[in-house]
Formats: sequence, C-alpha cells, structure tokens
Amino acid sequence: MRKEVPLIITFLAGAFFIADYFIPHKDFSDIAQRINGWTIIVIAFAYVLGVANVARVNLDYIQRKGKDTPYKIVLLICLLFMMTVGIIWGIGEGTIFDWLFINVYTSMQAMMFALLAFYIASAAFRAFRIRSVQASLLAITAVLVMIGRVPIGEAIWKDFSNFSEWIMNVPQLAGKRAILIGAALGAISTGLKVLVGLERTHLGQD
Amino acid sequence: MRKFLEIINTLDRRWIFVFIGLAVSLPLFFPIGIKFSVSHPVQGFYHTIEKIPDGSKILMSCDFDPGSMPELYPMTITALEQMFRKDLKVIITCLWPAGPPLVERALAHVGAEYNKQKGIDYVHLGFKEGKEVVMVSMGASIPNTFPTDYHGTPVSEIPIMQGVTNYREVAMLVNISAGYPGTKEWVQQVQSRYQIDIVSGCTAVSAPEYYPYYQTGQLKGLLGGMKGAAEYEKLVGIMGLGTRGMDAQSVSHLMVFAFILIGNLAYFILKFMKRKESV
Repeated sequence: MRKEVPLIITFLAGAFFIADYFIPHKDFSDIAQRINGWTIIVIAFAYVLGVANVARVNLDYIQRKGKDTPYKIVLLICLLFMMTVGIIWGIGEGTIFDWLFINVYTSMQAMMFALLAFYIASAAFRAFRIRSVQASLLAITAVLVMIGRVPIGEAIWKDFSNFSEWIMNVPQLAGKRAILIGAALGAISTGLKVLVGLERTHLGQD
Repeated sequence: MRKFLEIINTLDRRWIFVFIGLAVSLPLFFPIGIKFSVSHPVQGFYHTIEKIPDGSKILMSCDFDPGSMPELYPMTITALEQMFRKDLKVIITCLWPAGPPLVERALAHVGAEYNKQKGIDYVHLGFKEGKEVVMVSMGASIPNTFPTDYHGTPVSEIPIMQGVTNYREVAMLVNISAGYPGTKEWVQQVQSRYQIDIVSGCTAVSAPEYYPYYQTGQLKGLLGGMKGAAEYEKLVGIMGLGTRGMDAQSVSHLMVFAFILIGNLAYFILKFMKRKESV
C-alpha cells in the first residue's frame, strides 16, 4: 500500500488536471480552483520550511566552527533582523524594511548582476579563439549579434541591426524551436510515465 | 614583439576589468547620443497596447527582482507611462518575491506624474507564491487568488477590481519577465488556454528563448533587454533609463569585440611564429 496509494493519488491528480484543461465546465473549474488554492497554501508552507532549513544548516555549521562561520552568523542575523522589522513595522513604502530593501538589497543584487559584464568580457576574450570551423562560426555570429544589437552597429552600417535581427529570427530561432519541441516531447513523455506509474523517482525510489 | 604578443595572449583579466569599467562608466558621464531604429518586436509591443481602447483594464505581471532591475525597470516605467497616458486601468501582480517593492517604487514615480489614484486607476495585488498554479488559478478567479492587494485592502473594496473575475475581463497581459516564472509560463499556461494577448519585456539573455513565441503570434510584442527598453522609450517619446544606457552598452560591446579581435590576432601571429621556428 505504501507504493500503490501515492501512485493512485498521482494518477488521479494528473488525470484531473489534464481533463480540466479540456473541459471548460464551471463545476469542474470550481473543483480545480479549490485544489489550486490548496496547492498555493502548501507551496507557501514550503517557505516556512525553507527558513527553518536555512537556520538549521547554518546553526549546525556555526557549532562545528567551520572557516566560514562569520559569514553564517551575518546571514542568520540579517535573516532574523529583516523578518523582525518586516513583521513588527510592516513592509509597505516608508518602513524600515522597505528602506533596507531599496538601499541595501537592491544595490547588492544589482552589483552582483553588474559583475557579469566583467566576467563575460574576460570569458569572451579567452573563449572566442578561432581554433576550428565551429569555433569560427560561434565567434563570428556572437560578434555580429553583439554589435548589431547596440546602436553603434547601426552607426557602422545602417542595416546591421536588420542583419542581427535576421540571425535571431532565422538560424537562432530554428535551433531554439528544435530544442523547445524536443524538450516539450520529453516533458509529455515523462509526464505520462509519471501518471501511469512507470517513473517513480518522485516517490523516492528508482 | 613576441613577448608583447605572449602578454596579450595571456592577458591578466584585471586589465580587461579596467577597460570594461571605463567603457561602461565614461559614456554615462559623457553621452554620445548614437541614433538607433526601432525593431519589429518592439513595435509589436507598443502597437498592441496602443490598440487597446482607452479606459480598458490591463493585467501587468512584474516578474523580476533587483538583479535584473537595470534592464527591466526602465521598460516597466515606460509601459506604465504608455498605459497611463491612454487612461488604461492597470492591475499589477508579481510572481517573484522581491518584485513588489520595485513595483511600488515605479507606481509612486509614474502614478504621481499622471495624477493616477491607487485603487481607481491602478492596483498592486503584490506577490503570490505558486508560479504556474497562480497563473491557472487566476484563470478561474483573480479575486480568489489575490483576496487582498499589496497593502492588505480586500479586493472587494477596490473600485478598479469591480467586475473583474478572471482573464476575460482584462484586455491583455503585459509581462515583464526575468526568467522563471515568467513569459514562457504565461504563454504556456495562459495564452494558449485563455486566448489572451500577451506582450513581454525580458532580459537580453532570455530574449532568444521567446522569439519562437513572437514568431507564432503567441507573443504580440517583445522587448529584449536594455536595447528593447530604449527602442520602446523612443516610440513612447520619453528619454528614460534605457536610452541613457545605450551609449554605455554600445561602447562596452565594442570593447568586448576589440578584445576578441586582439586576442585572436595575438593567438594567430604567435602560432605562425612558432610554426616558422619549427620549420
């Protein structure tokens, strides 16, 4: 029964939501809506588990006095501090939480994203060496798209952006669509295998 | 000569960082103002909103966080400008937890400029966890999925939400997307099922993924990265953050191209020299 019950639940839930997609009946949609509501509540609880897990993992590490202990302490203090100010004074505009979010969190995340520009430039310098035909195609296409998608491309040649757009619309799109269709077929096949019980990794076994 | 080429070939990446830093920052202080045209996907974005009758209700999902703010915040501001100019009523949701404060900031900025009132001209419903489940759930009932707005006001008390049950009561969906959940999921879960027009503004890195949806008409318009934001600003007629960032992006892309070119030249000349020496 430990195997059969979860498999039956999986099948019934999957079959119900596939049917919901094709049956636009109000009563049917109402039941689906109710189950979706339950799902949202269960997912929301995962956040509580997530916070508890972060606290547990980091407290364990601090107790073992690993080399990154100071960082773990900072993480836990920040976590607790943000939660406390958010719960006590709210998260709306003008609150301490909002001020910290805009002036600390936003700046730090933007900084992390901005670092990419430096690392991409460094990686491009080393990776785009024309060592083979494939590497040449990659490097040439990358340069054409890179220059064609900024205004300076049009300043160099007025049709540069159209040419770059053609690369995006024809060769790029053909490859992307092939990947998308392949992935979709794979998802359908995996979904069916889960529904009929051939794929059981979600039950914690092969 | 050979020593110089070897230094170039194995250039310390800190030098690359210095040059990129200068290429990004100098044009921000000394703008060049390079002209650019507007691409078809951006025109599609603009005209789809423009065709909506004035005063209609529009759903806008801001699915991003501060990490992608430089690219996506400018297009959020411009989209709000275009919609408020047309007196469209905007219902905003977020599927990314760190998105709501950014939306509040954008609304405070653009809403005040056009004298728009919270609850009457726009509503911010805030963040709801659940990703695709939230999208599907909104198809059955938006008020049940978002019972209160971001500030805790019940949606039944918000004037703009009167008469809004699900996607049937909104004219279209504007999605600003940084990844998952985002445009791809909106197309798969909502556009194909509820036949609602969707336009998307996304990061440059994820734009190639959405081109197939634009070509099939599942997306009516697409803004890719800061360039897309700048082109959109040009159509709307504002000088925003996207346009101001174009010079920096142009010069930095040119700098990366120069590095690729110099790296390859050094590599090939060294290779030629070594071959000549061995012969």
